[in-house]
Amino acid sequence: MHYPWFLLALFFDLLATGGYIVYLIKQEKWVSRASFLILTAGFVFHTIFLCRQYAVLGTAPVLDLQSSLSFFAWCIVLVFLVFHLKFRIMVLGSFVAPFAAFLMIISSAMPWTAGPVRPIFKSIWLTVHVTTIFLGNGLFAITFVAAIMYLLQERQIKQKHLGSLYSRLPSLATLDSINHYALICGFPFLTLGMITGSIYAQVALGSYWQWDPKEVWSLVTWLFYAALLHERLTVGWRGRRAAVMSIVCFCILLFTFVGASLWVKGYHSFTSLGAGGA
Amino acid sequence: MKAKIIDIGVNHETAPVELRECLAGDTGSTKRILGALRDLPCVREGMFLSTCNRIEFLFTSDQASEAKQAILSLMAGLGELQRGVLSSCSYSLEDMDAVKHIFRVASSLDSMVVGEPQILGQIKEAYKQATQEKTSGVIVNRLMHRAFHVAKRVRSETGISASAVSVSYAAVELAKKIFHSLEGKNILLIGAGEMAELAARHLVNNGISSMRVANRTFERAVDVAARFGAKALSFDEIDREILEVDIVICSTAAAEPVITFDRVKKSLRKRRNRPLFFIDIAVPRDVEPKVNNLANVYVYDIDDLQGVIALNVEQRKREALKAERIVQEEVLKFSQWLNTLSVVPTILALQEKADAIIQAELRKSNNLLQHLTHGQKEAVEVLARSIAEKVLNDPILFLKGKAGRAAGDTYLDVARRLFNLDRNQGEKNGFESDDQ
Repeated sequence: MHYPWFLLALFFDLLATGGYIVYLIKQEKWVSRASFLILTAGFVFHTIFLCRQYAVLGTAPVLDLQSSLSFFAWCIVLVFLVFHLKFRIMVLGSFVAPFAAFLMIISSAMPWTAGPVRPIFKSIWLTVHVTTIFLGNGLFAITFVAAIMYLLQERQIKQKHLGSLYSRLPSLATLDSINHYALICGFPFLTLGMITGSIYAQVALGSYWQWDPKEVWSLVTWLFYAALLHERLTVGWRGRRAAVMSIVCFCILLFTFVGASLWVKGYHSFTSLGAGGA
Repeated sequence: MKAKIIDIGVNHETAPVELRECLAGDTGSTKRILGALRDLPCVREGMFLSTCNRIEFLFTSDQASEAKQAILSLMAGLGELQRGVLSSCSYSLEDMDAVKHIFRVASSLDSMVVGEPQILGQIKEAYKQATQEKTSGVIVNRLMHRAFHVAKRVRSETGISASAVSVSYAAVELAKKIFHSLEGKNILLIGAGEMAELAARHLVNNGISSMRVANRTFERAVDVAARFGAKALSFDEIDREILEVDIVICSTAAAEPVITFDRVKKSLRKRRNRPLFFIDIAVPRDVEPKVNNLANVYVYDIDDLQGVIALNVEQRKREALKAERIVQEEVLKFSQWLNTLSVVPTILALQEKADAIIQAELRKSNNLLQHLTHGQKEAVEVLARSIAEKVLNDPILFLKGKAGRAAGDTYLDVARRLFNLDRNQGEKNGFESDDQ
């Protein structure tokens, strides 16, 4: 167990969240720069934590909801840091950091279930499967955040009520293109994740597809994102409609991630994945 | 006797425009006025600022009331006005009030449009002329440099000039919030009017790549297009052009809307939903209001733009409070600096006295030191000087530290008596003979 690293990551995420919120209100440049550095530091600690977990478990640390949430948060921050290099939009952090910190808090509040890992989980296919899926999720989280920011900003411009967020949020074109890029990058990851997942299922369970609830919901999520991508690329959807659609898609994704794993019985659910395996 | 800093002037609040017009001379007159200022015996140093909204004389003087009268006469002479008329609508500020006033003017807090950026450039120019004409001195130099510093702080630490307060700036700002960058964007100007052209001009200055002009009378369109280097269109071509452009400025005199809901709606799919921004300056309106309900289409009419401006003006007022605090801080700093000036004569007198003693003693010891080489003589002199410096160092630091404090004058007085700095020439000789 490498709990101290996790706690450090959590603490830095929370600190960065606080900083980014202060930045949103006060608009002091140095605050956002400091928050960015803190978030990066938190990300490094989190990476160390994940690497050590990987070394101990011999597989990606995503076998229960608790560690999946932490891995999800890590992916979101990773995507944010990469996107920051391209778009340099400080205020994005004010929305992404709280989201990541929120996932981290839930994760930290859940009980730790440590135990031996069943040998079938020690497969490279599982690692590739979850890493690609989660990177896709991280990118979709960014589309979600950008979509919310877009709707907030669009509402102000459409209704001609230019409040304090108006000057703080980036332009509609910027938010739309973040949404666009994150979607374009996220979709291949999701697709790859589903393909490798099915290969892994073949290797481990002897069947590519079993109509397990999580599989079905994943397919639904994939279809929704496919539809959004199609509309964007061929019909030229953009702006509000694309933003609303990416929020809907992300909600389905969240349901697939949490709901289908917790409440619906299936081999994919965390209870059956649980320590030692039932 | 301490010199007073005085500012006499009129601005847009105290004087009507007719009177300001009378006072505002041509550009060449500044030199003449500064010359007149220099020739006034009661004015030590000064400068003169003249813009369309204000005329200010900033100067220092030992004889305040005399100087004020002289400046008022000078000012009245500018516009051939009665002194009485002028003194009723001018203001006269002294010392820290004058400093504060200049700081506020430089940071555009005293402007008609608070936060407008031109005034700082105008003050810099006025100061440059004053330095060229050599009317500025220690205090005015320092005061102006501080004023520039204050203006810079206000600009960077408050949002006072961040938001647009004119229709065309507001339009540019909105366009940037929709399109992020205006580079590569196309603009269509429908109808022509002064305000529409101004808005177009601002957009073009912000990077718009191409422009088209449509008008009901084609000749007029050609006319306007030529001025912008744009393409002229007839009214019938609007439907086709709307597929290409990103921003449309409307200002026709038409009674019915030119841009109807259906007209825009059917273009959207062909435009692949690229955002479209209508700036409708016409009254009655050229764009049907419900066009704003279409996705990715934004319509701002003149009232909306005015609303944005009103909001920004409010915001500027709030930011102005922050700026006033900065000004207050800087006035305090300036006043502290000014106070240290009062100890300067005493410090100089101390140093002069030490110097005189060294010279006198060296002269007396001349015979004894005769056999020394030139280098050794110099070394002795250096030694004497550094001893005197070391002895005086602490008292000088002490006086500087007490400058501006309540008891500062008492300490100055004690110091002058302790070192006998205010003796007359006769005593000085006596002092020397005492020593022998």
